[in-house]
Amino acid sequence: MELHKHKAHELKDMISKREIKVQEVITSFQARIDKVETDIGAILYNDFEKAIEKAKKLDLSLEKGENIGILSGLPIGLKDNISVEGMQNTCASKILEGYISTYDANVTEKIKSSGGIIMGKLNMDEFAMGSSNENSAFKPCRNPWDLTRVPGGSSGGPAAAVASCEVPLSLGTETGGSVRQPAALCGVVGLKPTYGRVSRYGVVAFGSTLDQVGTLGKDVEDCALITSAIAGLDKRDFTTVDIPVQDYKKSLTKDLSGKRIGIPKEFFGEGLNEDIRKKVEEAIKVLKANGAIIKECSLPLADYSLAAYYIISSAEASSNLARFDGIRYGYRATDYKDGIDLYYKSRSQGFGNEVKRRIMLGTYALSAGYYDAYYKKALKVRKLIKDDFQRVFKDFDALISPTSPSTAFKFGEKKDDVLAMYLSDIYTVPVNIAGIPAISVPCGFVDNLPVGLQIIGNYFKEDILFNIAYSYEQSENWHNTMPSMVPCLSIKVGE
Amino acid sequence: MEFETVIGLEVHAELSTNTKIYCGCTTEYGGKPNTHVCPVCLGLPGSLPMLNKKVVDYGIKAGLALNCRITKLSRMDRKNYFYPDCPKNYQITQDEFPLSRDGYIDIEISEGVIKRIGIERIHIEEDAGKLLHTNSGTLVDFNRAGVPLIEIVSKPDLSSPEEATLYLQKLKSILSSIEVSDCKMEEGSLRCDGNISIKPKGETKLGIRSEIKNMNSFKALEKALGYEFIRQEEVLNSGGKLSTETRRWDESTLKTYIMRSKEQANDYRYFPEGDQVTINISDEWIEAIRSTIPELTHEKLARFIKEFDISSYDAMVLTLSAPLADFFEATAKISMDAKSSANWLMGDISKLMNEALITAASLKFTPEDLSALIKLINSGTISNNIGKKILNEMFLTGKSPGKIVEEEGLTQNNDEGEILSAVIEAIKASSTSVEDYKNGKTRVVGFLVGLVMKATKGKSNPQMVNKLILQELNKL
Repeated sequence: MELHKHKAHELKDMISKREIKVQEVITSFQARIDKVETDIGAILYNDFEKAIEKAKKLDLSLEKGENIGILSGLPIGLKDNISVEGMQNTCASKILEGYISTYDANVTEKIKSSGGIIMGKLNMDEFAMGSSNENSAFKPCRNPWDLTRVPGGSSGGPAAAVASCEVPLSLGTETGGSVRQPAALCGVVGLKPTYGRVSRYGVVAFGSTLDQVGTLGKDVEDCALITSAIAGLDKRDFTTVDIPVQDYKKSLTKDLSGKRIGIPKEFFGEGLNEDIRKKVEEAIKVLKANGAIIKECSLPLADYSLAAYYIISSAEASSNLARFDGIRYGYRATDYKDGIDLYYKSRSQGFGNEVKRRIMLGTYALSAGYYDAYYKKALKVRKLIKDDFQRVFKDFDALISPTSPSTAFKFGEKKDDVLAMYLSDIYTVPVNIAGIPAISVPCGFVDNLPVGLQIIGNYFKEDILFNIAYSYEQSENWHNTMPSMVPCLSIKVGE
Repeated sequence: MEFETVIGLEVHAELSTNTKIYCGCTTEYGGKPNTHVCPVCLGLPGSLPMLNKKVVDYGIKAGLALNCRITKLSRMDRKNYFYPDCPKNYQITQDEFPLSRDGYIDIEISEGVIKRIGIERIHIEEDAGKLLHTNSGTLVDFNRAGVPLIEIVSKPDLSSPEEATLYLQKLKSILSSIEVSDCKMEEGSLRCDGNISIKPKGETKLGIRSEIKNMNSFKALEKALGYEFIRQEEVLNSGGKLSTETRRWDESTLKTYIMRSKEQANDYRYFPEGDQVTINISDEWIEAIRSTIPELTHEKLARFIKEFDISSYDAMVLTLSAPLADFFEATAKISMDAKSSANWLMGDISKLMNEALITAASLKFTPEDLSALIKLINSGTISNNIGKKILNEMFLTGKSPGKIVEEEGLTQNNDEGEILSAVIEAIKASSTSVEDYKNGKTRVVGFLVGLVMKATKGKSNPQMVNKLILQELNKL
């Protein structure tokens, strides 16, 4: 049975009706992994033994008629910066090669307690820095729609794994678009929840004031399902908020009557691929047909988001990544003269170029004499951008834009052009700067490559995002189109 | 040229909370290396700090006890530096918005002369681990990493090593009495660094300062600052120039050595700690903490002098230890005789406690018992000397003085007739005394009193015995 082709919620129904066993689901996905992983490269660590063992236990519970939780035995892949006790947690970096987590992240605990099964750890850009997954220190990850192209990043693994049916659900992380952009490029649904909606405990920090765990699935219902499993207050993360998690299932309706949707004109400017623009405009027509009130609006400060983002995220990263020093765990250079040399060599050899670039940028921005001009100013800009969104949300329930200005690009295309790479996050980053939620949902194809529609909401309005995304998705049929995955083993990518 | 010195101290005190500042690990001193640790205090990837509210409570308490203004919106910041004892290579501390500011404490720099020393700020932060240098290499023990600290920064108001010592003593006494820190310098729970500069006498502009590290005993503090004063003086007198630098006090050579110059100083790149929300301190919170602050030693001392009309020396001795002060206050109130209460506690009772190596907290008798003893004496029921015997018994057994008097029949005899016959007996038995008395040797009176007391087992009222002996001798 080709169970791997099913959506997570379909599998969940079949499992709860006892039509299939959890073990069959796990075995089917493992078979799929065995078949396509060489082409895709989405998985850094795969523990079938552990997964099948858990599946057997859950099957026993089901036989006894026990409630095993809302994730009812579904296999889930986690980006390799989310801690799972006893599994590696490398952040796709040489500096953490061989490092095994000693504890579960809050989201990992929640997945386990909701009956989810951790299938493996997924590829990513090193320390979540990048937009193409090309910064993985271990192996390239390919876009299932075209194996000569990148899956996007930094959560390239989580997006490609879902798109290629290696797992039905995955968790990624976002600091600046890292779930939505790969979701768009791989043709899956990806949500970045409100900052504070999901605990960051156990997620390796990049930019602490921006980081948030995101969810990916083949359709909106799947994405809503896994989001309900991981959202909520966590006493170990002070930035989580004690606001009840909505019943997202209730939001899965087609009706949009009365919903006020804004079209921020700054998100349709120079640099946007014309065909993508057309796809998004077609999507807007669909939303209108479903009852939404559409109006143009303006977010003039959004243009400054990327600049503020690269200062804030890099500054925080320079501090967060200081602990990787070769002293206590991870990579240690062998030929050091003294303590300082140990730091210097371990970090020089352990980190990749993009990570080093950001550490240097961030260190500079925080240095005496520059702090006010860079970091402090960036915080002020961030405040203005937040205010700008709040002004717009007085008149709108949600905003619509493209997720990414381009479709999936070729390996190497932007790797050496740092600015071009950074610009691929131009529509997603303002959301992280403001701390609000946004979702990317597939809205068609340009040259056989998926395009993502971005829906942006106000704080803790994930329910509205699911509503609009679901309404759109059900009116079209993009989520049921799957990549043909022509095996393409001869392609050489990366360096 | 004559110079004067300007000193400011930075004191770190470990807070005596049960658990660490950002996790649930114990703060207990010692332990097998790396056993009081978890992902948070080890700074493992992904772990996040969760601020211990008790640490903020204690920080506020220290701020109030040191007359500071509490910051309503306080914030944690990161101080970035690489060092192997620092698990995250940044310390979560407070930079721009410390918990409290602008306080002071008063020190008595000479008999009756009070000097007010300003406190710049108090902030909360985490301690680092400990490096152990062995022959096979350097090891790190993270048991201490994450133990909460307060850093108390004084203004440069201290003018001599002696003043610095007085300040630190006072600070230690306050922090101990409000029970936020056990202040054990030998265990490192109280640590002191200082800034010292010198300037020509009368000059208002401050000189070039050096920061002295590792002054971890009162002796070290006074010696290091004294040494540094002379060193700086010699540099200037020989035409040299001082530079801003950090120096380390070496206990074995009794000298300070340069650790780093201004050029080598770290740029700590402070910035807000994103993993912590702003600490919003309400008036209610502050008042709740204020109500838990016990009376401080110097406040108690002043109150004792005023309320019980005792000398400042007595008040000073009685307030040296909190249990003694409490015992005194209770006894003075019950007995309504503060002077006697003070005398007993400072005299016989202190002597007995010192011999037995105990404090007033472990006395077997109560302030009620001591008051009863004082009343027995004041009412003439027993003599002072009998009182001392009873006290010994009370000290050993904890029995009440009334019971001891009753059991041993120690009540003073005030029956004039009975005493008179004992006096007459004594005079008869010692005919030479009468002669001596007539010859002007009055000291025989004492001898006769002794005889009477011995014959009456010490129970006769001594004043009465004295009076009757004189009366009888003069009759003859």
